[in-house]
Amino acid sequence: MNLSILLWLPLAVATISLVLPGAASRYAAIPGALAACVLAVVTVVRFKTGTVGLQFATDHLWIRELGIHYKLGIDGLNLFLILLATVLFLASAVWASFTEWERPGLFFFWFGLAESGVLGALMAQDLALFVIFFDLMLVPFLFLTGSWGGPGRVPAIIKLFIYTLVGSLLMLAAAIATGVLAPGGQISFAFSDLVTRRVSSGSQDWIFLCFAAAFLVKMPAFPFHGWMPDGYRAMPLPVLAVFSGILSKVAAYGFLRVVLPLYPDASVHFQELMLLISLASILYGSAMAFTTTNTRLILGYSSVAQLGFITLGVFSLRPEGAQGAILQAVNHGLVVAPAFFIVGLLAARAGGSEDLRDMGGLAFRAPVLATLFLIVTLATLAMPGSSNFVGEFLILLGVFKAKVVFSVIAFAGVVMASVYALRMFIRAMHNREGPTVTSREMTLADGVVLVPLVLAILGLALYPQLALKKGEGTVVRSVAPAQQAAAAAERAEVTP
Amino acid sequence: MSAALTLAQAKVQGPAIDWAGLSPLLALFGGATIVLLVGLLRARAAREVLVPVLALASFGTAIGCGIWQLGERSNLISGAMRLDELTIVLTFIFCAAGMATVLLSWRSVAVREASHGEFYALLLTSAAGMFVFVAAQNLVALFLGLELLSIPLYVLCATEMRRSTSLESGLKYLIIGSVGSATLLYGLALIYGATGSTDYAGIAAKVGGVVSDPLFLTGIALALAGMGFKASVAPFHQWTPDVYEGAPTPVTAFMAVATKAAALGAMLRFFDIALLDAQSDWGPAIAVLATITIVVGNVGALGQSSLKRLMAWSSVAQAGYMLAGVVVATRLGVQATVFYLATYLFMNMATFAVIVARERSTPFGDDIRSVAGLGAEQPLLAAAVTLAMLGLAGIPVTAGFIGKFYLIDAAVAGDYTWLGIVIVIGSMVSLGYYLRVIAVMWMQSPEPAEAVPVSPATGRPALAGGDTVADAPRAQPEVWFVALLFGAATLVFGIIPSPLFDLAVRAGSAFAGLF
Repeated sequence: MNLSILLWLPLAVATISLVLPGAASRYAAIPGALAACVLAVVTVVRFKTGTVGLQFATDHLWIRELGIHYKLGIDGLNLFLILLATVLFLASAVWASFTEWERPGLFFFWFGLAESGVLGALMAQDLALFVIFFDLMLVPFLFLTGSWGGPGRVPAIIKLFIYTLVGSLLMLAAAIATGVLAPGGQISFAFSDLVTRRVSSGSQDWIFLCFAAAFLVKMPAFPFHGWMPDGYRAMPLPVLAVFSGILSKVAAYGFLRVVLPLYPDASVHFQELMLLISLASILYGSAMAFTTTNTRLILGYSSVAQLGFITLGVFSLRPEGAQGAILQAVNHGLVVAPAFFIVGLLAARAGGSEDLRDMGGLAFRAPVLATLFLIVTLATLAMPGSSNFVGEFLILLGVFKAKVVFSVIAFAGVVMASVYALRMFIRAMHNREGPTVTSREMTLADGVVLVPLVLAILGLALYPQLALKKGEGTVVRSVAPAQQAAAAAERAEVTP
Repeated sequence: MSAALTLAQAKVQGPAIDWAGLSPLLALFGGATIVLLVGLLRARAAREVLVPVLALASFGTAIGCGIWQLGERSNLISGAMRLDELTIVLTFIFCAAGMATVLLSWRSVAVREASHGEFYALLLTSAAGMFVFVAAQNLVALFLGLELLSIPLYVLCATEMRRSTSLESGLKYLIIGSVGSATLLYGLALIYGATGSTDYAGIAAKVGGVVSDPLFLTGIALALAGMGFKASVAPFHQWTPDVYEGAPTPVTAFMAVATKAAALGAMLRFFDIALLDAQSDWGPAIAVLATITIVVGNVGALGQSSLKRLMAWSSVAQAGYMLAGVVVATRLGVQATVFYLATYLFMNMATFAVIVARERSTPFGDDIRSVAGLGAEQPLLAAAVTLAMLGLAGIPVTAGFIGKFYLIDAAVAGDYTWLGIVIVIGSMVSLGYYLRVIAVMWMQSPEPAEAVPVSPATGRPALAGGDTVADAPRAQPEVWFVALLFGAATLVFGIIPSPLFDLAVRAGSAFAGLF
């Protein structure tokens, strides 16, 4: 199967929507997103579990003078993230087409470009191509938010854009340096060439920091999250669902795809710094999530905490932790997208306010909505039995084996997650009825978006091995260089 | 009587002239002469239609001659100039910019006031000067080229004769440009004094012996400053915002693109051939200038409300990026600079075309308010500017991204990794103003036209000097064509850059001494 079709299909369909008349263009994004989702499912089914290398690979020399390949491929690292991306974009496209937008053709054009950009970043097997897609996927969100967002959208999105592009541009310089400074031979940015000739340890350090800056800003992690509150407040909800659900995961994925295999020495060197940043994100995100009352921001800060967990797993530099990180990335995406959808439903019932203080008693006449919300809530707090539990368990296991102290503190984050998740559920759905609240059940159309997502959460909860098994070999291989470097560093410490 | 006989018997031979090699230059000069003469005709159609068409044809002929001569390498006029791939590829850029300028100024106030023949003749002469400037491999030819390109531009800046800012712009450019020329001339004299040669080859042969000679180093510094004036390299950039703002917008577009290409092309040849062996002396100096230029340009552009001033500061910053290709003195550096110049042509021309279009259809002149709400009103024009802005900022899938990638690649490969990082940091700052333009176009509603009919700075209508009937909004297909063509080029060459790479690699191959 050709990955280029999966990659460009959403953009192609979206481009058609640009010329369709207004009424038709509202639904134009759905066929593209649906086809991409079906293709992704087919890919997962046809993916051979035993093999470690790339599957469905496409490789063309794109720019000979710069050694940039148009190289796409799927392995255990990105398989389920690609599926997640197509599922979330489909759900969001359906949701968005129920909403009235000004100039819908343009809206869905940007939407399709966003999907192609995200898929490209996930599939890219060339460092330069990865950087290109990583930057490109942000551009549509600039327009989606700037043109269709809430109050204060323009300053918010410019802040977001500058924050994230500062990281991305540093990453660009670092990526070019990785290709140019690589010892010997023809210049090439393909990952398969770069892992065989890594740059010297000295250069790895600053290159690592540049990549870390890009990824930590995009996640966002604790000291780099300045764009998050404004950005989250301003984005239209369907857009926010995919932004929070999948874009932040691309950053976490970048650590496993790019940083650990290419810069293992630096990863070991900065391991404790990264673990500290993760811990700070977990604690800060959780604390903010149970003090703020804006429901969007509760989810936003909980994402900061969850991404902290994922980074923690990656920088345990152990296969268990990394596997947990990938699983948790999928889990969090599946949880946060329906959560934002529910926020939209709640706000519609609370007189348009997204503030917890204006909600309460919403479950009164909406038992189905309440049930679905409860499932999402329990998954968020990693209830035993949910896939999130498995993910967090693996992450903590990895960190426990690598650095005990960090895992002990991280456990506090698990406890705090239940506090903020339950607080949000209780204060929205139960408690005394808010002043402007009119409780009503969700419509069939809402169910079309919400029920499949919740079913996906349940499915993954019943059978998380699906995601784990397919990824196992690749994850072990991605972490191996860093693991070896860590072992070597330890030996060097023991023998003076 | 006998003296004449002796001369005749001696069979004095003039220098061999390679007419084929000179053909692009001849096309431009010939075009200038014809345009000037046809401009004298009384028929209105001849002046308003035939003259611009002839100007376009001259530029087209020059490009055609360039394509014909591409691959040739020869010395012209006793080695005063060198026809090689660098000269030809840069000629393509001047001529493309010239053609776009002709289209943009077709119905402009400037052409009417300066009269058609003169305006286009000056434009063609200036382009011819650029050819001489970048082809020069002799100090005298270099200076001649500089003057030939500059003097017509001084006049062109002042062609909107009833608008005082245009006159001011011309005068300012004349004075500061002359200081720049004088500085360059003084530097060239010192270099001649130190090496005893005006030929680049002769200088290159002597460089090794005089490399620590203060006379020689002072000469390099002054020559660098002189060329820096033309390329708007900080700290010699102060004239840029004022002159760009005051000049008629098509002329600004031409200056921004073609003059910069000429100055950087001349620098490439001067430093990478004549002074190659002294690279350890001038390399770090230019790298520091590039850093200053990037910082000054990007910080200066923040908060500008005039689009032309914004583009002026942006052009300062872009010159800083491109200097990185000069600093490293490698073939990769030459290629990266030439590649970036081509992308720079697309991005600037698309933007200036839209500025021209909006100047004619809104009362805000070149103020940023003139493009407010353009995304809803004229999405295609807005898309062209958006692509240009994203390209200038270095966002992927535009030619600007590939160009910046190439420049950083060249900087890192030439052991100037820190300069690559400076380019990146400059790009971050630049987002602050490029994004603002995008935000105003797509995310604001149009300004009500009657709100500010006069420019707040001068208290006069923003289009002072024009007459209301002639300047009324009307169809301007040629301006749209330029905007859409160059906007599309920004996108297409961002996805399929190989034709541009081909040209850049050819230009780089002209320098046999580099590796």
